Amino acid sequence: MEEDKEWRLLQGNEACAEGALLGGCNFFAGYPITPSSEIAEYLSRELPRRGGVFIQMEDEIASMGAVIGASLAGAKAMTATSGPGFSLKQENLGFASFCEVPCVVVNVMRGGPSTGQPTLTSQADVLQARWGPHGDHPIIALAPSSVEETLFLTIESFNLAEKYREPVILLLDEVIAHMREKTYIPKPEEIHLVERKKPTCPPDDYLPFEMTEDYIPPLAAYGEGYRFHVTGLTHDQRGFPTNRPDEAEQLLTRLKMKMEFHKKDMWKYEGLFLEPVPDILVVTYGSTARVAKRAVRIARDEGISVGLLRVITVWPFPDEVVKQLASEVKGIIVPEQNQGQIICEVERYVRRDIPVVGVHRFDGSMMEPSQIYNTIKEMKQKWQ
Amino acid sequence: MAVVHKYLRLKKKFPHVWCAGCTNGIILHATIRAIDKLKIPKDDVLMVSGIGCSSRAPVYFDFNTLHTTHGRAIPFATGAKLVKPHLKVIVITGDGDALAIGGNHFIHACVRNIDLTVIVFNNFNYGMTGGQRSPTTPPGKRTTTSPFGSIDPPVNVCSLAMGAGATFVARTTAYHFRPMESIIARAIQHKGFSVVEVRCNCPIIYGRLNRLGDGAKMLLDLKEQSMTVEAWKKLPPEKQKKAEQEKIIIGVLKEDTKTPEYTEQYRALCEQLQAL
Ligand SMILES: Cc1ncc(C[n+]2csc(CCOP(=O)(O)OP(=O)(O)O)c2C)c(N)n1
Ligand code: SF4
Repeated sequence: MEEDKEWRLLQGNEACAEGALLGGCNFFAGYPITPSSEIAEYLSRELPRRGGVFIQMEDEIASMGAVIGASLAGAKAMTATSGPGFSLKQENLGFASFCEVPCVVVNVMRGGPSTGQPTLTSQADVLQARWGPHGDHPIIALAPSSVEETLFLTIESFNLAEKYREPVILLLDEVIAHMREKTYIPKPEEIHLVERKKPTCPPDDYLPFEMTEDYIPPLAAYGEGYRFHVTGLTHDQRGFPTNRPDEAEQLLTRLKMKMEFHKKDMWKYEGLFLEPVPDILVVTYGSTARVAKRAVRIARDEGISVGLLRVITVWPFPDEVVKQLASEVKGIIVPEQNQGQIICEVERYVRRDIPVVGVHRFDGSMMEPSQIYNTIKEMKQKWQ
Repeated sequence: MAVVHKYLRLKKKFPHVWCAGCTNGIILHATIRAIDKLKIPKDDVLMVSGIGCSSRAPVYFDFNTLHTTHGRAIPFATGAKLVKPHLKVIVITGDGDALAIGGNHFIHACVRNIDLTVIVFNNFNYGMTGGQRSPTTPPGKRTTTSPFGSIDPPVNVCSLAMGAGATFVARTTAYHFRPMESIIARAIQHKGFSVVEVRCNCPIIYGRLNRLGDGAKMLLDLKEQSMTVEAWKKLPPEKQKKAEQEKIIIGVLKEDTKTPEYTEQYRALCEQLQAL
């Protein structure tokens, strides 16, 4: 059976582009930036051949705007960028979140802040992914840790965007984006594609921001008979601007509830050596998870009781999963390629007096397993 | 029932937000009459705007409507147009929205020659935020951020559009209701990027700060100051320069039907590739 399976040697960015095509992407707008440009280049070759739209816009703000316009016209739309470009996208990303416009935004994290280290890796945009746009708002973000996973999570990003009517941020990092790995290419029949819920009511009754039971209102496409309004102003269920406190509160509450109600369905994570619950828990994500796994294995070989939780859905953060583990382990280590971002999130869910220690590297190079291993060892020694 | 009533979200979205004497309503009325004259079904119209008093317009209309972020209407419109090329996409924007924060998008849409119709409501100031200086504020004019008179040279909307490659460029004023209607109709029919600059009034802020009289007086001034492009063309060259400075030259300033339109070019590329 293995013979008719298709495997290809792909770069992370190529896998992302291929995943987008498999995930139904038929619109891409972008602006070149290292280390994400290969995604745009790949799609500039492939989309026109398939009748989809590729457009290089004048900047990242325009790219994000075009993606929203395309999505509201019914397309499965995506853009890809890195640090500085991701910063530029924030206002329109906030619009997409507030107006519940499904789309996928890839941010290949590079060294920052500012122009930083364009060709080197980091994980320093995870909090920006959560709180980049101003105001309270819902957001979904996924972080793959291999090339193959990038392909599958790109498909998943489109599905989540369509299902929950929200932008999904795919957080690659330079290491994942630029490395090459053997990647399984699924056949179309193996892929489950989700389509956004559309209205079935007569156009006159359509409420594009309806307070539905599942908190997800159906979304019509422009030009198909439902002549609806979309605005970034606080809006009522019809989509019209409102200053009524009750309506403003209802909208923001619904958006929050949408994430709360469905977060378990959005959560993806991988546990390693978590049964029985170990003394030490390493919480990690993205390319750092690969390094962390190695460190954990070495430590275990030496008899240290340590396990690992790899967070794949970074936002909404799998709070209950961490809460549960944190109630049983004796210490937590959070390695990240930044000065400490997800560790803040982890600390929020630790309700006991146990050490939560960060391992950081932010010089553009990949973390070494020894860095994490040494931290595991130090933690262990303190208890002896 | 007037023509315009067929197109308003009367049951849903009134009264409007504009001040008495504001000319925004006049321009929209002309836009609606143009759409009606062209018999474009409501479902096929997408009206997109940025942020500003003028940009509040789409919500009142029974079309597909999209009120975006400040300066970004053109990119949003570009995305929608590429996905549904049959849509007639009309962008409503102010002088600040189109030329300051949105200037880069404006230029690139001109260059791209994508089939959008952009109507620039040029009232020389930022109405929505309280009458600050805009890129079109004439030298010496007072705004809430040029209290001593502006020293910044103003942008000429039509020259910029023509220079950047827009294939249909016209200027009119809020006073010239009928000509405006037919100019907007021609702009919508034009296959390519069309820009209509409408010189209009913000009597409540800009008018007061510069002692220009009430709304009616300001409207009549627009009439006084205007000269048709046909009349201007007949002037000797040295007088043309002077008239350009002192008058509002109205009419269709550029119409180029030869330059290929972007969405059509894109579709042709797709078909070519798919036939391989
Ligand atoms: C990013 C951003 N910056 C500033 C503003 C504040 N703002 C709202 S409308 C506006 C100017 C609008 O002026 P113009 O486009 O000329 O339209 P008018 O109100 O005169 O019709 C500004 C600066 C904003 N909404 N967003
Ligand atoms: S502030 Fe000026 S532009 Fe805005 S509605 Fe009032 S008159 Fe019109």
